Amino acid sequence: MTATSLTYFAIAAAQGAFKNVTVSERTAQAFADGSWILAIVYIVVALGGLAALVTLSGLVLIYVERKLAAHFQCRLGPMRVGWHGIFQTVADAVKLLLKEDVIPEKADKAMHLLAPFLSMMATVMVLGVLPYSPILQITDINIGVLFVTAVSGFGVMGILLGGWSSNNKWSMVGAMRAGAQIISYEISATLALLVVVLFSGSLSLAEIVQSQDAGWWIWRANGVGFVSFIIFVIAVTAEINRTPFDIPEGESELAAGFHTEYSGLRFSFFFLAEFINMFVVSGMTATLFLGGWMPFHIGAWAGFNGFMDLIPPVLWFTGKTSVVIFLIMWFRWTFPRLRVDQLMYLEWKVLLPIGFVNLFAAAVVVLYNLYPFPILVP
Amino acid sequence: MTVRVRTLDELLTPPAAGSSALSTQEYFVNMGPQHPIAHGSLRLVLRLDGETVKEVIPVPGFVHRGIEKMCEKLNPRQIIHLTDRLDYLSAVMNNWGVAKAVEKAANIETNGRIETIRTLMSELQRIQSHMLWWGVLGMDLGAYTAFLYAFRDREIISELFEETIGARLTMNYVRPGGVMFDILPDFQEKVKKLLKYLGPIIDEYDTLLSGNVILQERLRNVGVLDGKKAVALGCTGPVLRASGVPLDLRKLTPYGRYGDVEFNVAVGSKGDCWDRYYTRMEEIRQSMRIIEQLIDSIPEGPVNVLRASARISIPEGTYYDQIETARGVLGVMLVSDGKSPSPYRVHFRSPNFNNLWAVTALAPGWRIADIITIQSSLDLVIPDIDR
Repeated sequence: MTATSLTYFAIAAAQGAFKNVTVSERTAQAFADGSWILAIVYIVVALGGLAALVTLSGLVLIYVERKLAAHFQCRLGPMRVGWHGIFQTVADAVKLLLKEDVIPEKADKAMHLLAPFLSMMATVMVLGVLPYSPILQITDINIGVLFVTAVSGFGVMGILLGGWSSNNKWSMVGAMRAGAQIISYEISATLALLVVVLFSGSLSLAEIVQSQDAGWWIWRANGVGFVSFIIFVIAVTAEINRTPFDIPEGESELAAGFHTEYSGLRFSFFFLAEFINMFVVSGMTATLFLGGWMPFHIGAWAGFNGFMDLIPPVLWFTGKTSVVIFLIMWFRWTFPRLRVDQLMYLEWKVLLPIGFVNLFAAAVVVLYNLYPFPILVP
Repeated sequence: MTVRVRTLDELLTPPAAGSSALSTQEYFVNMGPQHPIAHGSLRLVLRLDGETVKEVIPVPGFVHRGIEKMCEKLNPRQIIHLTDRLDYLSAVMNNWGVAKAVEKAANIETNGRIETIRTLMSELQRIQSHMLWWGVLGMDLGAYTAFLYAFRDREIISELFEETIGARLTMNYVRPGGVMFDILPDFQEKVKKLLKYLGPIIDEYDTLLSGNVILQERLRNVGVLDGKKAVALGCTGPVLRASGVPLDLRKLTPYGRYGDVEFNVAVGSKGDCWDRYYTRMEEIRQSMRIIEQLIDSIPEGPVNVLRASARISIPEGTYYDQIETARGVLGVMLVSDGKSPSPYRVHFRSPNFNNLWAVTALAPGWRIADIITIQSSLDLVIPDIDR
């Protein structure tokens, strides 16, 4: 492929000339065409891709977190296993696999075993609907946003069950805290997300990305977009139990919170779920507010825009997601954690009213085409 | 006076019904001896109603080593070697506490050089101790970065100690009639460099943690200990001063070179966790002031007024002396029969033991997370409680 055709391809993709083609659509097409083998190949590729994404992003994120934490704290972090310790997480994963899986004698066995899988499952299911690029999305549901909200809310089941079935008071307190916290903050996250839905007029994640062709919602939504971006980032940080909202684990208060009694592989499931969750919520933030895989464009600067189009959409998505992930990690290594009642205060008396007012303002703006601020990108 | 000893079984009343409209029940839970908050081994029996703390019963004794009993078999010079295991973050000050009591009992006169070196080392240790406390408080509240910042800077002081004393934590430096070793020729220069480095660092601590809105929310108005209650509980040190009682032995009954230097006693106004926090931050700055004034005026002279083999005989009687450590008043009581070289009885009035019981007064009514805040703001060192 020559450079000109590459540029043409990129510009065309950015302009939406290439319609989203999801893997599920390809599979359906293959079925319709009667090529069973191709359909099965697509399914295997999709499942394998998801599994690879879960494993890889888990390994990478854990490594990145350790390195980032280290450099925030004036130290080096893992340096021994591989170049700059890049295989440290692999070594740790192997260690966790080999560890004895201890189940407390008085625990509710079935639930104790089930809980980590529930936690993990909720996370993985969201990965299937995220649009990574116009041609890379497992499936696009026309109620994608609703699906994501519903399924990620399912993750709290695993935590509640894990804490409850462990038959340990610290676990129980941690689980109850998690339940109260995650369910509360979901409201704010949803309110913030509805603003984007109002502006884009669609619940499908692929269409939300397409709607940001002329500018990302974080600034094109006239202020309300920025407010809802901030609310969304705060709420999802709380939803995935990261500092300053990590009270369900609160290692200095509750030993290890809801996963005190978990060890070995089952513990690593909770641990991995936390990191994949971080990827998921960052990906969602990027998709909703930062234009997903859309390149960065400035008005009529054709040269600049053309240059930006050269960067493949997958890299745009990954880059934006990484920025949000970095932000969330930065929170963790800077802030102390909140107390349980302060946490509830922040949600119900601060974020929720702001979220409602913001949503109302957004509705008025959309309904009456009121644009108090000039639209940056036509 | 009779003291009624109550067992834990007596103290634990059967759990009452909770305050919620739902059918709930209070419950007991052990915080420690193996718990991340117990920096050491301290068991807190908590009576909780959901997240709310109803009662805290500290159960110390897991690190009891019988130090007081051991002291009865040792001569005053040997006792020094046990004192740094009391409050391991105030090792030099503990050494000094015993040395001071013995010197008072045996009428040993020291010289200016000894006193200056002792004062300098104590203040360095106070800074180091408060730094560690600052880091640990951050860690307890979830800000792990603070912990490593504190350790990074503490390391410089530790190296200074290692050079002079040969140990980094359990230092046996001050002994009756002098100090173990003289300071190295470049000690003054290094301390000056350290002071120059510490100034901006303490300001950095303030930007990293003190000004943080979450930290302020967690500390302000939490665990208010008023002055009267603090005195009644026997609290000393920054805990007492934060409650507005300006009791500082360095100012009240100046020993060492404290009478010759200018410094202010940091005093709080309210007695909440924030006051305890800021009192200590201010004490670091005041300690730096003291060192600054003394570092250039170390008199010449021997660092020991006694020969190493000289027998220290304490006349018959009971002697008491006290010293201000990083955590409060360390009292040393010596009872001597006048015949044996070792004391008949030694008792340490350790600051942490009294400060610990403030938890019982402060925690009820607050949340689980506040126990951590309160305990952290009291700055407890568990081995000093149990001895």
